[in-house]
Amino acid sequence: MQQILNFLIKHKTFLLFLLLITISLFLTIQSHSYHKSKFINSANVLTGGVYEVTNNLSSYFNLKKENEILLEENNRLKSILYNVEMDTLKAVFKYPILSSQYKFKSARVTKNSYSATNNYLTINKGQRDSITQDLGVITSKGIIGIIDYTSKKYARVMSILNTNIRINAQLKKTNHFGSLTWDSESPQFVQLLDLPIQSPISVGDTIVTGGRSTIFPKGIYIGQVASFKIDDTENSYKVNVKLFNDMTNLGHVHVINNLDKSEISTLNSPDE
Amino acid sequence: MNNIILKNSIRFIILILVQTLVLNHINFLGYINPYIYVLFIILFPIKNNRLFFIFISFLLGLIVDLFLDSGGIHAAACVTIAYIRPMVLKFVFGMTYEHQTIKFSSTEFGQRFSYFSMIIFIHHIILFSLEIFNSSKIILILKKTLFSSIFTIILCLLITILFSRKKR
Repeated sequence: MQQILNFLIKHKTFLLFLLLITISLFLTIQSHSYHKSKFINSANVLTGGVYEVTNNLSSYFNLKKENEILLEENNRLKSILYNVEMDTLKAVFKYPILSSQYKFKSARVTKNSYSATNNYLTINKGQRDSITQDLGVITSKGIIGIIDYTSKKYARVMSILNTNIRINAQLKKTNHFGSLTWDSESPQFVQLLDLPIQSPISVGDTIVTGGRSTIFPKGIYIGQVASFKIDDTENSYKVNVKLFNDMTNLGHVHVINNLDKSEISTLNSPDE
Repeated sequence: MNNIILKNSIRFIILILVQTLVLNHINFLGYINPYIYVLFIILFPIKNNRLFFIFISFLLGLIVDLFLDSGGIHAAACVTIAYIRPMVLKFVFGMTYEHQTIKFSSTEFGQRFSYFSMIIFIHHIILFSLEIFNSSKIILILKKTLFSSIFTIILCLLITILFSRKKR
């Protein structure tokens, strides 16, 4: 017993070092798996609060740009509105509340990163605003990511610029789909893998979300095909997609809540 | 004594805030960021309780991790450099370190430079290998380590020169 104690006292520095490095390696490895990094994230009171304060200041500098984006979107929506016959419009909006499957909430990005290999954003809405895990986040131009952890007032978003993310995506003109990943090379490009070789793809085609998952509705814009090649297995394409969104400059975002989500997921896993 | 504690606590807070709110948004050439918060570990008083020093370094790394959503990579890198700092000090300063008489502001530039660059390089290589965590991307790890280290070393040296109070 005496010897063990002596050993512990003699090597206490090394043992402390070992303990602390094990904790940090544990946290690191945990953060590499989806939905596990509960302890270390920027959606807590301390870091979320600090980011909120600084973002309150810096968001003023982007007001002009934000206004332009809003105007652009208004223009687009108005051009749709006034180019459709009134009768069809009435038919569409006849049951506006009953038929709405998706609910939107706006939020502001208080922290953004795009240079690491696993990027996360922090937004200033949380459980208090009924935001939960696994909701989709988009802007008017395209998708941003998926909510990955929430606290009372803040939520962390796993950006599409994260090597752990997989999003179902498809060609706009046909229904061929693949999964969207990121190879951590450039914040402007993401990769669409496993797109079947039968799909009639060409440079400049638009890629949209697939709607096969419950997170994103079908048809939200992602980006344009920049280049593509046949991958090693020779039966699917690897497509380089240029994002419509400028991920380095994000202001306001929308969070999508799919109200039928629990219903769909119980359908898909009936035996559990 | 109180003066030293106060000085280091202020340094701790300011370095974390500067790091997370300003320096992580530089992204020079797309991916090069300096990590100057290591300056806290580099400049920590040499006469110290080693257990406390390792623990406070861990805390420093963990808080930076909290801000940057990076799991535990900064904590791991910080703990390691805090643990090996005495060896680096002994290697660079030799006898003067043994007598615990060095003051960083009064050391020669060459010695200070090699001390800074060794600590920073070790910190960065651990940081980026844990961040990327993929042996097939070893070139990317080395590239990031090299360029970010150069950036960090330059900034750290400039900061220490700028904030050193030399009585002439």
